[in-house]
Amino acid sequence: MAEPETPLETPDVIRRHALTTRIWHWITAISVIVLLGSGLMILNAHGQLYWGQYGANYDQPWFRVAWIFEGGRVPGWLTIPSTYNLALARRWHLFFALVLAFALLAFMVASLLNRHFQRDLRVRARELTPAHLAGEVRAHAALRFHDPENPRAYNGLQKLSYVAVIFVLLPLVIFTGLAMSPGMDAAWPWLTEIFGGRQSARSIHFIVAMLLAGFIVVHLALVILAGAWNEVRSMITGKWKVPK
Amino acid sequence: MTLITRRSLLIAGAGGLVAGCDSIGKSEAGRDLLFKAEAVHKSLQRAITDRNALAREFSETDMSPRFRANGSLFPADPAYRALMRGNFADWRLKVDGLVSRPLNLSLADIRSLPQRVQITRHDCVEGWSAIGKWHGPKLSTLLDLAGLRDSARFLVFHCADTLYGRPYYESIDLIDAFHPQTILAWAMNNRTLPVEHGAPLRLRVERQLGYKHAKYVMRIEAVAAIDAIHGGKGGLWEDIADYEWYAGI
Repeated sequence: MAEPETPLETPDVIRRHALTTRIWHWITAISVIVLLGSGLMILNAHGQLYWGQYGANYDQPWFRVAWIFEGGRVPGWLTIPSTYNLALARRWHLFFALVLAFALLAFMVASLLNRHFQRDLRVRARELTPAHLAGEVRAHAALRFHDPENPRAYNGLQKLSYVAVIFVLLPLVIFTGLAMSPGMDAAWPWLTEIFGGRQSARSIHFIVAMLLAGFIVVHLALVILAGAWNEVRSMITGKWKVPK
Repeated sequence: MTLITRRSLLIAGAGGLVAGCDSIGKSEAGRDLLFKAEAVHKSLQRAITDRNALAREFSETDMSPRFRANGSLFPADPAYRALMRGNFADWRLKVDGLVSRPLNLSLADIRSLPQRVQITRHDCVEGWSAIGKWHGPKLSTLLDLAGLRDSARFLVFHCADTLYGRPYYESIDLIDAFHPQTILAWAMNNRTLPVEHGAPLRLRVERQLGYKHAKYVMRIEAVAAIDAIHGGKGGLWEDIADYEWYAGI
């Protein structure tokens, strides 16, 4: 990327993200968006969620799509495909489920080997104290996202949210998805039981998907606030200009 | 670049993605690629899990208070209606195709075979589940009686009902056909199978989604390949809507 050169001040550009991190980021970004869209279309086939082993029309749901969208269906601008088609939504969903899961597995192995996890994502006890967290929130409110002493490091809230996504939300969404497969349920009955039954697994799958959607919204907002061009470029080329 | 145009770019990007997905989903190359996931899931499942693993069986207290019926609820076929009015006394199940001894069985014949009773969870492709009790002989018992030939690879279930003007049918491979929980149920929840649930006989193939559990079964045909039957994809929903033939996912 061409940078405007100024004679007095050379931009301080550092390498921010490893190649494996960048590849995984974009594969996962595409996968999660397709999975959210196709998942909402699959939800349209039966827009009610239940707790327990079973749940159908005669049973009591805890959530109905109809509470949010008139007609009980998620509108087409949020779904893949955009017009009702359960079979095709499943094809999208089951394809990108494989991409998401195996990309995450590969990223986890690579990030242990290149020490990305140990170096960048290890949350230290002092980062969890209320005083430190309050300071982080104030820094975010003032749009200060990095430590000038150590600009490459993630801030505490950033670490916590990335750890939550990589080690909690994505594994949960993958395993609750597997727990809905009748073939896997027979082979690994413990998987369904961990979540309290197939309909509970389906409910947790939906809740986690919505948390991931919430993460994407906050993540995009912070990318824009931190300087969209610099942040997006760092995730493409790996190079990141330290903000002055 | 201002904040506003960055935002519009993001929104335009998301809109473009959904539109792009629609055109990929309509293109032949896109569909070919997406549809490959079914075979990957099937191979992975069968590679890492026990092929004979049993679906969980529940107790009577776990059963759904009311079991939802869907798909065909009351077949319109006059021949079927006549059999129904006669309480299925004249109904016969044909087992033919690649078998040494074709069968022609009455309900009494089927009830006199060794029986299996199982309380299992039925998972519809739409997302709902219901737990019910099923009673009937194992499919493998009938296949042993008929003497399945070595060339047989699939069992096709021809049904009395139609959907969208086409006869309902389904097919499974030999792994599921000989699975101990694959039964032909003539009773449900301690009563004779109701018409809305597929009377007089429906398939239970417990490790797959509901649309594989063919109702109103009239004939079981052993075949070497499914591509010459009806739409060629192994089932009515597979033919008309591109549902997965392997519905263990």
